[in-house]
Amino acid sequence: MKLLSHIIKTEWKSLLRGKWVIGYTLIFLILTDTLLRFGGGGPETLLSLSNVMLLFIPLVGMIYGILYIYQSREFVELLLTQPIDRKVLYWGLFLGISTPLMAAFIIGSLLPLAWHGILALDGGSAALVLGLGGMLTLIFVSLGFVFGLMFYDDRIKGFGFTIVIWLFLAILYDGLVLMLVFLFGDYPLEQFVIVVSMLNPIDLARILVMLEFDISALMGYTGAVFNRFFGQNTGLVTASGMLMVWLVIPTWLGLRIFRKKDF
Amino acid sequence: MPGCKTAATHKTCTANLELSMKNILLHTALMTILFLVSQSFIFAQVVVSPQGPVTSIKEAVQMAGPGETIEVHSGIYYENDILIDKKLTLNGIGNPVINGNGQGFLLIIRADSVIVSGFSLQKTGRSYIRDYAAILIEKSAGFVIENNRIDDVFFGIYLAETDGGIIRNNDVRAYDTREASSGNGIHLWNVKNPKITGNSVMGMRDGIYLEFAENALISDNISSENNRYGLHYMFSNGGQYVKNTFLKNGAGVAVMYSDNVDMTNNLFEHNWGGSAYGLLLKDITNSRIEDNRFYRNTVAIYSEGSTNVDIRRNHIEQNGWAVNIKSNSSRNRFTENNFIENSFDVRTDSPRNNNFFDGNYWSAYEGYDLTRDGIGDVPYRPVSLFSMIIERQPESLILMRSMFIRLLDQAERILPVLTPKTLFDENPKMQRIQ
Amino acid sequence: MIEIKDLKKSFGDLQVLKGMNVSIPKGQATGIVGPNGAGKTTLIKTILGLVKSDSGMIHVNGTRLNGDWLYRKDIGYMPQVARYPENMRVYELLHFIKGLRDQEAVYEEELIEQFNLGPELEKPLRTLSGGNRQKIGATLAMMFNPEILFFDEPTAGFDPRSSHKFKQRVKKEKEAGKTIFITSHIMSELEQLVDHVIFILDGNIRYYGSMANLLELSSEERLEAAIARLMDEPLNNSASKNEQTKNSASTLKMEFA
Repeated sequence: MKLLSHIIKTEWKSLLRGKWVIGYTLIFLILTDTLLRFGGGGPETLLSLSNVMLLFIPLVGMIYGILYIYQSREFVELLLTQPIDRKVLYWGLFLGISTPLMAAFIIGSLLPLAWHGILALDGGSAALVLGLGGMLTLIFVSLGFVFGLMFYDDRIKGFGFTIVIWLFLAILYDGLVLMLVFLFGDYPLEQFVIVVSMLNPIDLARILVMLEFDISALMGYTGAVFNRFFGQNTGLVTASGMLMVWLVIPTWLGLRIFRKKDF
Repeated sequence: MPGCKTAATHKTCTANLELSMKNILLHTALMTILFLVSQSFIFAQVVVSPQGPVTSIKEAVQMAGPGETIEVHSGIYYENDILIDKKLTLNGIGNPVINGNGQGFLLIIRADSVIVSGFSLQKTGRSYIRDYAAILIEKSAGFVIENNRIDDVFFGIYLAETDGGIIRNNDVRAYDTREASSGNGIHLWNVKNPKITGNSVMGMRDGIYLEFAENALISDNISSENNRYGLHYMFSNGGQYVKNTFLKNGAGVAVMYSDNVDMTNNLFEHNWGGSAYGLLLKDITNSRIEDNRFYRNTVAIYSEGSTNVDIRRNHIEQNGWAVNIKSNSSRNRFTENNFIENSFDVRTDSPRNNNFFDGNYWSAYEGYDLTRDGIGDVPYRPVSLFSMIIERQPESLILMRSMFIRLLDQAERILPVLTPKTLFDENPKMQRIQ
Repeated sequence: MIEIKDLKKSFGDLQVLKGMNVSIPKGQATGIVGPNGAGKTTLIKTILGLVKSDSGMIHVNGTRLNGDWLYRKDIGYMPQVARYPENMRVYELLHFIKGLRDQEAVYEEELIEQFNLGPELEKPLRTLSGGNRQKIGATLAMMFNPEILFFDEPTAGFDPRSSHKFKQRVKKEKEAGKTIFITSHIMSELEQLVDHVIFILDGNIRYYGSMANLLELSSEERLEAAIARLMDEPLNNSASKNEQTKNSASTLKMEFA
């Protein structure tokens, strides 16, 4: 534990000194503040923010994760020759670099929300959007780690793969779902689309945003499965649970690769 | 009934005698005067109390002469079908309870200028044939029903063929959750000029129901968690309802087959469900919907066959659909409203459009204002492609707010193909309308 | 004491270590030489635990390598390419590694002084010259006074003065009885620092024995020439079988004869 926190703290210090985590914070700070100034009130800002979050955090997270693996290659190898457990080193590196990125998003967005008084007004919604952003950061940094470790010697391939995965999860996936819905429109599809949406972390986060902001419309849907899913807490609990699974799988996969890998 | 009158007077005197213990001189004089003129004096009263001598309200009503007051002291009175057929004032002192034991009506008023206040009315009969109510007022005028608590009843306050009258600050509630077996909170049938104000109605079928009610004034009521509509207008012309709150009703508020209704400054909130509306308009003409706030309803305003309705300065926020307007609605004007973060702004069932949208604020508007006049330079099209997709494949609802859908919507807005071409707001405001 | 038995490792189809056997006694200074891609780095990385072998065994001081990491407390490693987090300062890096090792950095100050790193301590690592970064690598490897030292192309980035200082230091470590491994392309350097040589070619150990013996066998004055001759020899399977010093030497003797 002492070792883990030693690694995390060192990563934090070094990242904080690199200006760009601060830059990332500032981007969200300015973005949120601008949205609040020119976009009207609470829910509008939070929805715009969640749109940005759903689109860019996955991309930034993955690029950040994979870039870390590529840039710190020699250093990580040096650390691996020290008498420490690879497992501890992995958690130290992952938590050490993902948490500042997560904090950058949360703090950058939180401050304008606080000084414009939105927190007091829409505290719950704000917490949800920020929490989801934080969660997505962790998930996608760890995916970036996984891709970095998988394509350890081929950076072009690694970056290419990252971009393709992002395009797929953020945009194309929903297009495919829509296509399937229209292709098989004559069959009962409610369960199918729920399950399919659970398989994409971005969709999961989007559904949680939707449950917060669009529950009124969701209640207008008459299908029994949707109503049960969205009406009671089932949707909320399932989607949050799946999001946790989505955090566990890539971190676990990353750890597995990291432990077995030849550096 | 002279004997009866004497008894009543005697009772009054006894009460006053007790009072006079504190101030003997004054009250002796007063008592004498009262005794002499009691038969014709207007503030003559009958006291009902569990301790007697008069223990029944029915008995007291029989004893009291027209224009007299019956004072009912706290206690539980198991009575029903108390018929008031003369001008009387019934005052509950210390919140007396009239419990009908699940039988019949509690109070039946068939005289003008009756006042009932300060009672707890409980447990009427229930029937599929008769509308048993806590208070039934028939063919009367000038009545005042106020400050009563009506609890666990079939119907609450039932007005039939009345003129004028005030229903004020009453609290009506029941606990049946089925629409078919519950009654209405305040039920108006074939009435003129009623004033319904400051009441709170909860858990009924319709909170406030109007059928053939002319010029009703409905204000400052709170109607919540009713099984069907918070407020239900049928064939009721020329009325207005203002400053009411309609909360979490099964199907919201319905205004049907009526003309010249003013709907202003009301709050429609959290009316959720497959067929729930903040406000449902059916065959409404020449009416005004102004300065209302619609918050988190499945559909804020639903219109079917409405004509010439002005929808102005309403605040419509975070609803599923802000407006669902069927194509048989025409010449309705949506102006200066705030449409804020509704999942969908406008839904319609036809590519044709006979209604008018102008000068509203739409939070989903992404246009620009180069002319700096506070009005967007490109029109806003409030019917999104996605809302049409959902119409065809409801399951695609799960894709709401996804990037892919946004791209589709964006493309459609730039070049409308499937959405109504003539449904747009030519002058979308850049800022919220205060 | 490091013992390697039948060590094999492939990367995909490429067999990098083809069954190596070698035993290195405590206190020996060994140079590892061979052409690029012969398997030098893989051998070192396997001993360091960076690469996991497919089969075979490695014992370091009697501990068999099986994924456990404790044995590395006796090892110091100076990598060929020294790259560190750009924004970290030198003293922070030293502090970081010290925090990882939980051992006393007995030679920290001595090495900083010896390599003249004092003025660099406050600087971010990205601003350091390549030579200074190499010196930090050397410091990190030696400051915990480990029993076994690996230097991978150590002098590549050094100016002559630093190079000299570094060699002085390594000699001192050698005199103190450390087990030392050095890979280098500069044979003259190895001549100064090591007394034994492992020559690897194509995944096999082609020669393991004392440098003197190698020079004698190949009748060359200098190591460079001796190695060059070894490389030119056509591959002879009998010679590549990983025998002990004597056997290898005799095989070579026959070949050179």
